[in-house]
Amino acid sequence: MKELIQKINAIAKEISRPVSLMEVCGTHTQVISRYGIREILPKNVKLITGPGCPVCVTAQRDIDAVVNLATAGIPVATYGDAMRVPGYFGSLDNAREKGAQVFDVYSVEEAMTLKEKYPELVFFGLGFETTAPMTAWGIQNGLTVYCAHKFFLPAMEALLKMGELKVDGFIDPGHVSVVIGKRPYEKLKIPQVITGFSSQDVLEGILMLLGQIKNNDLEVLNQYIGLVKDGGNLKIQKIIDEVFKEADGEWRGFGMIPNSGMQIRKKYAAFDARIKYKKILDGVDFSHSKDPAGCKCGDVVRGLMESKACPLFGKVCTPDNPVGPCMVSVEGGCNVSYRYDRM
Amino acid sequence: MCLAIPGKILKINGQLAKVDFQGVQKEINISLVDVKIGEHVMVHAGFAIEKMDRDYVNEMEGYLKA
Repeated sequence: MKELIQKINAIAKEISRPVSLMEVCGTHTQVISRYGIREILPKNVKLITGPGCPVCVTAQRDIDAVVNLATAGIPVATYGDAMRVPGYFGSLDNAREKGAQVFDVYSVEEAMTLKEKYPELVFFGLGFETTAPMTAWGIQNGLTVYCAHKFFLPAMEALLKMGELKVDGFIDPGHVSVVIGKRPYEKLKIPQVITGFSSQDVLEGILMLLGQIKNNDLEVLNQYIGLVKDGGNLKIQKIIDEVFKEADGEWRGFGMIPNSGMQIRKKYAAFDARIKYKKILDGVDFSHSKDPAGCKCGDVVRGLMESKACPLFGKVCTPDNPVGPCMVSVEGGCNVSYRYDRM
Repeated sequence: MCLAIPGKILKINGQLAKVDFQGVQKEINISLVDVKIGEHVMVHAGFAIEKMDRDYVNEMEGYLKA
């Protein structure tokens, strides 16, 4: 490990200019903070947290939609982190407190079991290529889904296109890469590395990025070779493609990103909660479905603001009383920062 | 949401498999991968998402224990 840090220092010195690297996976964000990686890097190498937390980038409109389904009497199940995201109509947790049938599950399998008892159950599917295949499997097996799943790559493209901040290289999301493989990233034309999740993996990844930056290479290097294959997992790609088609997707902090949304295909319309419960959803006033007042989550997911710089951070907004999703999710930049970086 | 853990396939019953996570056993859906008994998989949200190389398993388990 020491040798690795020495190598990083040496190569950063050779590069000599300031370099910004972005990590776009919530689990990497946690590893980086937990092991204090940001602090041990040379002064001219900065790590920025990007839009890698699935709960954080889920649009307020989608939160408001599922909360309204729940309060209208439809049983709703979703992953734990999504339960506490406050929307204009409160969170799913609030709806449960008021008597709605809301369940947090670890897996789609659990949602399938719940469905036996609650045939009307809607699963709130969110996340990237890592959670979409399980939802797709559920749909093929008769699970009704409110789908807010997203393809990840379009967000990286959008971020680069917006040009609000300088990114010299990406630490690509590890488990999204298990699914999509290495090749799709090549079109971004920027230094990238796919890494695993130990502190050593992340440091090796950073070294591989710095090497590329020094040599002006624009490659996608794979440090996570034990798991990520060049072509990804074809079986998972197939099930995603069978069930979902590309559509515009709404992201917190970004707005609409073309072709980033996963829309349930017509073939499975009977299991699409947006169609099945259209009447309820058409009756919802979404005009207030915006970020909560003062919440900078949108800037945090775009890497424009460090969590600690938000005026609400740690004062009004804490993990026990979160104002925005970045403080709710254990992968959210603000939640991670609250737990590890306050000292 | 993307935290995944490695485990070893003990028994297969259709789409489900009994998987050992360093002593803790759980039923996991294996419909998204092609695996055999004795092989190692990375498991995410109740589903195996990829088969793992043996060397990598050792390294990963060490990291999870650390």
